[in-house]
Amino acid sequence: MTLRPFEEVVNEHGPMVTRVCRALLPASEVDDAWSETFLAALRAYPRLRPNSNVAGWLATIAHRKAIDILRDRRPAASEVPDLPVVDPDLADLALGPALAELPEKQRAAVVYRYLADLSYRDVAALLSCTEAAARRSAADGVAKLRRLHKEGVF
Amino acid sequence: MVLDSLHARLVAEAEREGLLDVAYRTVDSPFGPLLVAATPRGLVRIAFEVEDHDVVLSGLAGALSPRVLRAPAQLDDIARQLDEYFGGQRRTFDVSVDLQLARGFRRAVLDRLRAIPYGSTQSYAAVAAAAGNARAVRAAASACSHNPVPIVVPCHRVVRSDGTIGQYLAGPAAKQLLLSMESA
Repeated sequence: MTLRPFEEVVNEHGPMVTRVCRALLPASEVDDAWSETFLAALRAYPRLRPNSNVAGWLATIAHRKAIDILRDRRPAASEVPDLPVVDPDLADLALGPALAELPEKQRAAVVYRYLADLSYRDVAALLSCTEAAARRSAADGVAKLRRLHKEGVF
Repeated sequence: MVLDSLHARLVAEAEREGLLDVAYRTVDSPFGPLLVAATPRGLVRIAFEVEDHDVVLSGLAGALSPRVLRAPAQLDDIARQLDEYFGGQRRTFDVSVDLQLARGFRRAVLDRLRAIPYGSTQSYAAVAAAAGNARAVRAAASACSHNPVPIVVPCHRVVRSDGTIGQYLAGPAAKQLLLSMESA
């Protein structure tokens, strides 16, 4: 089995990477994060094992890129946040500031499960934990997000 | 689907970083859309619709590199030249060709074809002889039918010794159409 043309990967998973970037970052950073994610993925792509979980791989890269961007641009991040996108779908909310409040593992679990739409099995593999632990992290993360939402953080 | 502007930015950055191993686009032709693909070394593949473009792209990903991206702007020049050719306004292609998909005798045959001028034809036997093996007529015909870059490498200008038109991947009618156009 050989790897598919990268173009197919971009078309199939581009919207998911957009969701992840949009949830983690202010709107002004989303395009940069998206581009950096796919450029890094393109660079590494020939070395990917053909049966790899491509969605999980891309979600991890996007998550890391978003964290890098937030770290590099912290002073800017504390300025007036962008208005959240008005959409009832969790995936389209600007969750960035709230997600940043979560412990790292909970945040990763929420991003991979609810934004990248990965199965708990895949989330567990990415976090190197059991499926049960992945479920717990995602549930704890969502519970904390609900609390923050009630408190008006987002 | 991905936003065109984001996609174009990715392709431009990939090219700048030397990561655009295979660029492709489609170009209209009298026989339907052609898939046109290039490596940094040159035009590597032109595929007819009957070949199934998705299958061809998967083949390129396996044979050359999986770093395959749709890059219309990067292939504007060859697209324009093909347009001009089909419009009867161009007789030669000014483009570098990467024949790495053809090997051995097939490659030797294809290397000869670009020397056959617009509007003329040569026999499979003559091409076989020119490529260094006068007896390998069937192999020469096979090289033509497996030409990775038809039209630009003009395998349509190679015909049977008895004057009949011979085979063509896009069908004998397509071959006849190209020859008629060139002799008009």
